[in-house]
Amino acid sequence: MGAERVCSESAKRARAALETCDRVPGSTKPDPILVAEAVRREFGGLVAVDVAHLEVQRGSITALIGPNGAGKTTLFNLVTSFDTPNTGTWVFDGRSMEKVPSHRTAAMGMVRTFQLTKSLTKLSVIENMRLGATGQVGEKWWNGLFGARWRSQEADITERAEALLARFNLSHMRDEYAGALSGGQRKLLEMARALMIEPTLVMLDEPMAGVNPALKQNLNDHIRDLRDQGMTVLFVEHDMDMVHDISDWVIVMAEGRIIAEGTPDDISRNPAVIDAYLGAHQGRSLLEEEA
Amino acid sequence: MDWTLIIENSLKGLVGINAVYFAVAAIGMNVQYGYTGLLNFGQAGFMACGAYGLGMTAHYFHIPMWWGIPLGVLFSVLLGLLMGIPTLRLRADYLAIVTIAAAEIIRLVVRSVRFKAYFGGSDGINNFSETFRKVGTDLGIRQSAEYGFWPFRFTGRELWTLTIGWCVVALFGFIVYQLMKSPWGRVLKAIREDEDAVRSLGKNVYSYKMQSLILGGVIGTFSGMIFALDRGSVQPDNYSRDVTFYILTALVLGGVAKVSGSIIGPMLFWGLFTFVDNFMRQIAENPIRIGNFMILQSTQIGQLNYMLIGLALILLMVFRPQGLVGNRKEMAFDGR
Repeated sequence: MGAERVCSESAKRARAALETCDRVPGSTKPDPILVAEAVRREFGGLVAVDVAHLEVQRGSITALIGPNGAGKTTLFNLVTSFDTPNTGTWVFDGRSMEKVPSHRTAAMGMVRTFQLTKSLTKLSVIENMRLGATGQVGEKWWNGLFGARWRSQEADITERAEALLARFNLSHMRDEYAGALSGGQRKLLEMARALMIEPTLVMLDEPMAGVNPALKQNLNDHIRDLRDQGMTVLFVEHDMDMVHDISDWVIVMAEGRIIAEGTPDDISRNPAVIDAYLGAHQGRSLLEEEA
Repeated sequence: MDWTLIIENSLKGLVGINAVYFAVAAIGMNVQYGYTGLLNFGQAGFMACGAYGLGMTAHYFHIPMWWGIPLGVLFSVLLGLLMGIPTLRLRADYLAIVTIAAAEIIRLVVRSVRFKAYFGGSDGINNFSETFRKVGTDLGIRQSAEYGFWPFRFTGRELWTLTIGWCVVALFGFIVYQLMKSPWGRVLKAIREDEDAVRSLGKNVYSYKMQSLILGGVIGTFSGMIFALDRGSVQPDNYSRDVTFYILTALVLGGVAKVSGSIIGPMLFWGLFTFVDNFMRQIAENPIRIGNFMILQSTQIGQLNYMLIGLALILLMVFRPQGLVGNRKEMAFDGR
């Protein structure tokens, strides 16, 4: 179904560029937004992440897959500075990021979501959204005291937040506490809130976990929308159907390393991946395998 | 049994100086605990900063008393930094441990013989508040005259402290209310819910937690100042652990994360405390005897009263965890 969709120019260009790339781990991309080099993270004796080279093409949807414990989430944490690697360098959008604290990566346009949804339950949905906006004058306490200094900016932010809520079908929940949302709605809220910072790279950690099939389709469309608006999406996912459906490029990790890269079709034919990830049960749902 | 007296004293307890200094300290703790989720168990330490800031102007620095206000604020900012820098990056429990220890260290240092020249040792400091009293007298309030109407009859001395005290409550209540409506307050509340989420949205969580700790501490400092001015003396043992916990009790009684809760809580705390205390004293005047056994002796009233407060807090937590003005709906999402 991905093929029939009308893609934006940037999405087509990204896809065409990826066609020319080598199907090898750590392959170079024509226009990478994120480049990681020799990133290694050890927990005691365990090497959680040991990535020699990684590039993510700008404007693409790149999937990061791998069995549990492959180091996908740890890699996310490292790239967004939520965790510090033992060694390694990485560049986002031409800027070196090793010394940048996590809160500043967001302001630079790299935003991430979490595997376990982090909705701020005792804040209303609209307040969750407003929080996402960056560069708020009223977030300095000396300005916060004087409503006149931040009211107009707050109105702009609210307008933007309401537009996003409408896009994610959450308008009717605007004034509810986020804690009153269902699991799937929380996923939507978290994604919408991340978009409030107007990112260039959106990193989604298992966006489909615990979401029902109907809403999954909905989320798929939202993720494609992000790409069509020119954002780059990097996501971790176990749902192979979804990965195949929406991603332009797939990176496979196992035991901390990247073991394969390629288009979704290449990957489903790659023997290394079948060994490490799909196992002997290729073609059957992974969920059945885990159960 | 003299019910008029009991009721009069209880109503005076509602608005008395104890309620005032508890309310100011509770407003500060509410910023930290109620809005940001920081467990500061060292509010007494911040209060001591204010009291000793005032006291030291006379005792050590020999400068006019008013310098004590910026001095106290400076002390509490330093204390906030000292407690916050090592602990705010860690989990919340560490802050609780460090703050309770820091407040105790302060109390033990200021009461020590070694530093008597600076802090007056265990005798404290007594000779600094005339300047404050004089402003009241100059405004025409006679210290020993009686003002007001039943049941709120106060001496001029009490009236003057109370007026200033309630002004301070109103000022900080207003400031905190305004701040918590602002985007700044929104970030604090979000940090209370989940700091990683806030960090991922580009906010410097560490800095906000520090701001919250210091703001709450500075407000607590003013509470210590009011208390010291009312007593006309600074005593180290007035700033011990139990003060912090009574203030926390009063705050929870009113309801956390609400400015009104942090003011109503302390008022009711002292209203009830005075009521029970007076009531039991009336009973003790004509003790009920069963054979050789006396039901209540006047020497037991103090301890019994604190036991009842503990019991009341337990019952409150079980049946009304959101406090008197808290939001039941918010509590429903607390199952984390």
